Amino acid sequence: MKAIVTVVGKDQVGIIAGVCNTLADENINVLDISQTIMQGYFTMMMVVDLSACATPFDRLSAKLSAFGEGRGLSVRIQREDIFDAMHKI
Amino acid sequence: MRDISNIMDTLRMIDQQHLDIRTITMGISLLDCVSEDPRRCCDKIYDKICRRAANLVRTGENIESEFGIPIVNKRISVTPMALVAGSCDTKNYVPFALAMDRAAKDCGVNFIGGYSALVQKGMARGDEYLLQSIPEALASTQIVCSSVNVGSTRAGINMDAVARMGRIIKETAHLTRDTDGLGCAKLVVFCNAVEDNPFMAGAFHGVGEADSVINVGVSGPGVVYHALQQCKGQSFDVVAETVKKTAFQITRMGQMVASEASRRLDTPFGIVDLSLAPTPAVGDSVARILEEMGLEVCGTHGTTAALALLNDAVKKGGVMASGHVGGLSGAFIPVSEDEGMIAAALDGTLTIDKLEAMTCVCSVGLDMIAVPGDTSAETISAIIADEAAIGMVNSKTTAVRIIPVEGKTVGDMVEMGGLLGSAPVMPVHGASSADFIARGGRIPAPLQSLKN
Repeated sequence: MKAIVTVVGKDQVGIIAGVCNTLADENINVLDISQTIMQGYFTMMMVVDLSACATPFDRLSAKLSAFGEGRGLSVRIQREDIFDAMHKI
Repeated sequence: MRDISNIMDTLRMIDQQHLDIRTITMGISLLDCVSEDPRRCCDKIYDKICRRAANLVRTGENIESEFGIPIVNKRISVTPMALVAGSCDTKNYVPFALAMDRAAKDCGVNFIGGYSALVQKGMARGDEYLLQSIPEALASTQIVCSSVNVGSTRAGINMDAVARMGRIIKETAHLTRDTDGLGCAKLVVFCNAVEDNPFMAGAFHGVGEADSVINVGVSGPGVVYHALQQCKGQSFDVVAETVKKTAFQITRMGQMVASEASRRLDTPFGIVDLSLAPTPAVGDSVARILEEMGLEVCGTHGTTAALALLNDAVKKGGVMASGHVGGLSGAFIPVSEDEGMIAAALDGTLTIDKLEAMTCVCSVGLDMIAVPGDTSAETISAIIADEAAIGMVNSKTTAVRIIPVEGKTVGDMVEMGGLLGSAPVMPVHGASSADFIARGGRIPAPLQSLKN
């Protein structure tokens, strides 16, 4: 199963490293990353593969948002289908 | 390559513009629960609802967490209870409502609809007893919703039923006076009721439906409002196009959630309802969309035209986004549940008469309107008759959900709580309609040709 991880917040050292470490701990493979500064905010999107991850989705989601909370970042993971549904015919 | 700005758009819609799935409603047929013994019938009703809907709430929550889209309500609709209970050897139908209430609470849903009767042409024994029991049933349950269909384009309007509904609404308001007539917020009087509506309080599971089915209602007035803010001063062609595109995106999300819920619950997918359903939250209002089109206050001249455009564009955008569209599918204008409508009513610009005109071009009708407690049953019946006539002649669904609040008068506020919101008590005309309602009988079905 593929999912999209999004990170939005104040730019700082170590965001990508931190998110990637968290994902690596859960055996999640990163397929694609794109990152930009939008309206002054660090904005990152990652496409990830969850097929080798054993952690239930809600726990994973909680772990990522916990990582973000201490750093003033909004980090979340959602199944990619929702974005495909809205933006592709 | 995925576009990061598309992804951020979706997140903004969810975070800042109140985009959500308003309801996943599981329709359940109770036709196989009939029994001569009322207690046995109640047991079968309870068992079947619990069996079918056992995983509904959990599945909804899982989808919510995995896709990151809020699903506000999980609900159940059942076969009109008058049809199921009609076989029982009893005149007291309240226990059936209690069985529904208990089953729904045990499943964890927040409303169950279907304490209903279809009496557009006449009343069978079961319909009689059900109507009699509505006030007590709504007063003695918490999450049961009731609806009665009193007219249709094919059958005309059953004015005997209309007269009774006025009295039933008054009695319900009286029995639930401690909560400002909350019982009336759970009671809808329809013309041309639909069988697959996922929205409360008017949901029931029609007899033409499968044994159980998943219907989904989307929302998104906030998203449409935000999109229209980007086209200030531009022509209506641009407005219509913008609403269509937005409705398409919202509905695609609803379709995806519906398919996912249907697969996980192993229950056939029924329909997606395209209605723009507001909430009392600021920024989630249909009235504010109409005002964004250039009206100073919702309810002023031009409101009906603005609503007609909105309603049509939402349907045009939504139809292509979903495999099956159904339910009520239009813009809702419930006064108490819409922050902009509340403000417009307080301002005095939005009146019941204007709301009635607006219901000619949108879904559904005079919805969540508080009126003075001393409004007579006949006046309420006459309001229902007017609304049913609009539905009957225009071949559309119309409904009345009106709350005569005991002890309150024009200008007072009524707090319904939660999604039901709060409403200012609105004035009704003082001149009597009593002799009109006393006539009884039926208003014949209208011609479907020679339309003018």
